[in-house]
Amino acid sequence: MLLSDIKKILDAEVLSGEDDAALCKKDIHTACGCDLMSDVLAFVKDQSLLLTGLINSQVIRTAEMMDIVAVCFVRGKTPAEDVIELAKDKDITILSTQLPLYTACGMLYDEGLRGRSND
Amino acid sequence: MIKKYDISGEDFSLAGEASSNFKSVLKRLGISTEIVRRVSIAMYEAEINTIIHGGGGECEAEIKSNAISVTFRDNGPGIANLELAMQEGYSTASEKIRELGFGAGMGLPNIKKYTDDMLIDTAPGKGTTLTLIINL
Ligand SMILES: Nc1ncnc2c1ncn2[C@@H]1O[C@H](COP(=O)(O)OP(=O)(O)OP(=O)(O)O)[C@@H](O)[C@H]1O
Ligand SMILES: [Mg+2]
Repeated sequence: MLLSDIKKILDAEVLSGEDDAALCKKDIHTACGCDLMSDVLAFVKDQSLLLTGLINSQVIRTAEMMDIVAVCFVRGKTPAEDVIELAKDKDITILSTQLPLYTACGMLYDEGLRGRSND
Repeated sequence: MIKKYDISGEDFSLAGEASSNFKSVLKRLGISTEIVRRVSIAMYEAEINTIIHGGGGECEAEIKSNAISVTFRDNGPGIANLELAMQEGYSTASEKIRELGFGAGMGLPNIKKYTDDMLIDTAPGKGTTLTLIINL
């Protein structure tokens, strides 16, 4: 699923500044929803989108280590400017949706975006 | 090739700088994505531990012909019961650290999972030295 489609489904705002053409270049095969970075580090395999309610810089660091290419903050949360700058620097797209975590994940799942590629 | 990093115990928002820098070094050297990912995850877990439990310290990361070896050293409180600390779910992390998304007690088991070898030298009052090795 293209990141531009994900943006549309979640009615999300792009905080890292890319336009739709750039979002079309990021193809997301799997996603995960999690507020615990310890668990992302321990259990995430090859997911390329992380949905989370946490907005500190360690979310971006964690994404960077896991090769996650996009992070979507839920429930309308907006991170500090330095967090957004860090993400831009690492070429990680940041989206923000008003939806809560459960609903956002459910809507993407409904449209066919799964967790690990084999579930 | 050896890279050395100071790991500041003061500012948690800087946690991961060393792992991030070393990751880009490995990528530039053309090391495979899978190896880079394993090193990055293990190193990041160890870097976070050095900061939140050890109060900061230093890191030395070496690329040898047959392996990558990364050592984190701190002068923190040390680990009294290593067997317990290695168990999934055991954590002494503060409420504040948990609010930041860490402290699930998954770090050390995860380092073990992603590395070929993990050596820990620790004792109460002596600090902690952890070396992780990933074969090339
Ligand atoms: N460098 C260190 N100095 C002192 N104690 C440590 C150090 N590293 C780990 N520990 C102890 O071992 C415990 C387990 O560490 P581990 O990394 O597995 O979990 P955690 O850091 O508490 O949580 P997580 O890694 O899931 O965020 C810690 O809670 C802490 O008590
Ligand atoms: Mg840890």
